[in-house]
Amino acid sequence: MALLQIAEPGQSTAPHQRRFAVGIDLGTTHSLVAAVRSGVPDVLPDLAGRKLLPSVVRYAAGQPPEVGQDALDAASEDPLNTIASVKRLMGRGLQDAQRLRVPYRLEARGQDGVVRLLTDAGAKTPMEVSADILRVLRERAEAALGDSLVGAVITVPAYFDDAQRQATKDAAALAGIHVLRLLNEPTAAALAYGLDSGREGLYAIYDLGGGTFDLSLLRLKQGVFEVVATGGDAELGGDDLDDRIASHWLVGWGIDRQALEAGEWRRLLGLARRLKEQLSETGPGGRVSDVWVRGDGTRPLALLEASTLAALAQPILDRTLQVCERALQDARVLRADIQGVVLVGGSTRLLALREAVAKFFGKKPLSDLHPDEVVAVGAALQASLLAGHRADGDDWLLLDVLPLSLGLETMGGLAEKVIPRNTPIPVARAQAFTTYQDGQTAMAIHVVQGERELVSECRSLARFELRGIPPMVAGAARVQVTFQVDADGLLSVVAEELSTGVKASVEVKPSYGLSDDQVAQMLQDAFAHAKDDVQLRAIREQQVELEQLLLGLDAALAKDRDLLSEDEVESLRALMEEAKIVCHSHDLEALRSMLSQVSSASGPFAERRMDRAVAMALRGQSIDQL
Amino acid sequence: MNPSRSESAGQSGGLDQNHFLLLGLPVSFELDHQQLDQARERIQAVVHPDRFAAAGAAQKRLALQWSTRIHEAYETLREPLKRAAYLLALRGHAVDAETHTRMPSAFLEQQMVWREALEEARGLADPARARAIAQLKAQCESAYASGLSDLSELLSRGNEQDLAAAAAQVRALMFVAKFSEELR
Repeated sequence: MALLQIAEPGQSTAPHQRRFAVGIDLGTTHSLVAAVRSGVPDVLPDLAGRKLLPSVVRYAAGQPPEVGQDALDAASEDPLNTIASVKRLMGRGLQDAQRLRVPYRLEARGQDGVVRLLTDAGAKTPMEVSADILRVLRERAEAALGDSLVGAVITVPAYFDDAQRQATKDAAALAGIHVLRLLNEPTAAALAYGLDSGREGLYAIYDLGGGTFDLSLLRLKQGVFEVVATGGDAELGGDDLDDRIASHWLVGWGIDRQALEAGEWRRLLGLARRLKEQLSETGPGGRVSDVWVRGDGTRPLALLEASTLAALAQPILDRTLQVCERALQDARVLRADIQGVVLVGGSTRLLALREAVAKFFGKKPLSDLHPDEVVAVGAALQASLLAGHRADGDDWLLLDVLPLSLGLETMGGLAEKVIPRNTPIPVARAQAFTTYQDGQTAMAIHVVQGERELVSECRSLARFELRGIPPMVAGAARVQVTFQVDADGLLSVVAEELSTGVKASVEVKPSYGLSDDQVAQMLQDAFAHAKDDVQLRAIREQQVELEQLLLGLDAALAKDRDLLSEDEVESLRALMEEAKIVCHSHDLEALRSMLSQVSSASGPFAERRMDRAVAMALRGQSIDQL
Repeated sequence: MNPSRSESAGQSGGLDQNHFLLLGLPVSFELDHQQLDQARERIQAVVHPDRFAAAGAAQKRLALQWSTRIHEAYETLREPLKRAAYLLALRGHAVDAETHTRMPSAFLEQQMVWREALEEARGLADPARARAIAQLKAQCESAYASGLSDLSELLSRGNEQDLAAAAAQVRALMFVAKFSEELR
């Protein structure tokens, strides 16, 4: 693996080796946390030895949130305050929640468009509910590892749009978790598989979870995991099958769903899930049953046969296979080109699904790694790599893609694509606009994500107002808007008026997200009730960042001092000495200011080192070889 | 190619180089795809943001710029038409497909014939329909392939007249490629 021994510039590997980074699979049905210890990735269990944390949170009046199995057990007796499958609401608005028939009390408040769930403990955004789940996982990891976390890789469905990704990142911030990277779930699974077996070639990862479906095609070769196409449905999963099973029973009994109490419906859904899971173990021709306890004390018998289950699952399977077909077309590959199919997600235990997938791809799918754990394990491996815990020769490069096209609203409510789906990320594209009125000084821009032609059929991501355009005649101004998507799949926008060089200010109004201020305020509120001190945490973070930067610079100077003149070395050294003193300060402003000073003073050095590293990489040399 | 201090500080170094130089490739339409793939992987291995997840904000920004730039160069050079258009722009002959909409009449006629054939094929029932479309596809692909070889010829000669003809050829092949998409 000659390619992989290249050391990167500006990053020291020595400091904070003990500080752990974990992988978190924040799932619709359950969540997991995993870590690499002594080179081996492991899912971390709770004190009772349970690895899966049900993604359920109960908010009772005047009590701290209850997360996991206890909350799940309370779901049918306290259905309105017990929030399950909150992942489906991440980055979504009130109308989405209504469309998804969410069984909670809903509220859209203020202008942010974020849906809130009304509970006895107050109104909760989906981000806050997710944060409560993440907090439990963080505490679990810190207890198991005996140290605080340096950060986490959190997985998201590959098909998550920008708003859903941003919501996940916000949830992590609320839970006090530093996100090293948002990693796509199928990519994480591929990583776990590829590293486990050393497999090479083109692989399809079929990931059906509780609420989302992803299909990713990856090219695996030694040390490189490259996503070539991805597709999916962010509103399709095992939950839908439970819903169909429960509805099927109701029709059989002649009971109207609308007439049910919330708790009854939840119990029926729970029953549907349990019997569905039992059937996946009994094999073909199986038949299971149990009683449904109603509010009035009656106990109808719910019966499920394998053939009925297969029939109910068929429409869901058909939808997933259509996605597979489209991804193959996008990647311009044939089914026969696929070396192997990997099944991920609890819902892939379904026998009818395994058969349908095997038939579609013409080969028996692989599932030698635990379908519930493989995503968390992959995330833990990546977290360990990102945190700098790399053994020689044990290194890899992950190249992922943008799952959904990014576009802009143009005249007539049409969406014009700026960055098409399946473009490798990070990516930047610039688009030029002009004014249509004399003296126009502002411009409204609407960013959308999706494949449809009409803006109304795409997801609205954000609206921007470009202001400060110098007044000119219509059509003379040239405003260049640059869209940058980073390695997390998150979008940022910069605008510049080209004829004058004036940078137009961009104000982002996320359509279904929280502003930075709102996140900061929620963080403050959350910490007000906790032992942690948000101020102290911020100071500690800045201290660590400055320390890291200085250590990195020391190492860089030892290696590449020749890239700087004597004068440059001297002035950088002087600033570093000053910074070493500030490192111990508890003055947040002083820390911040020093961090930015050192950062900008060492900028040219970092650039030259990068140039050198690239030149050496091109020649196939590792820096260490010199 | 070794960026000395003066080079890397100036215009010619690092991020500002053209796509070919950036990836250590000869500035030419002829391309060794294996070399292109290898260059991308080797460079991404040192510049990708994953390498700087634990680094400071400035380093992260630099990594983002570099990684984005390498992807852009790779995606442009990998596709023959994009590569040709880029090469022509470097040599002062922008393809400008949006503003140059006039095409030779023989070319337009050929397009008309294809479009009519497609309409006709769509009116048929399978398997005749599939056969007709497959036939059209084969014609289209062979026209594309021979067009590319003409393009390569023009670009390798490279005098002003050839370059102007090459730009027109790229515009024509863009139509063919688009028609091909419709056939998929």
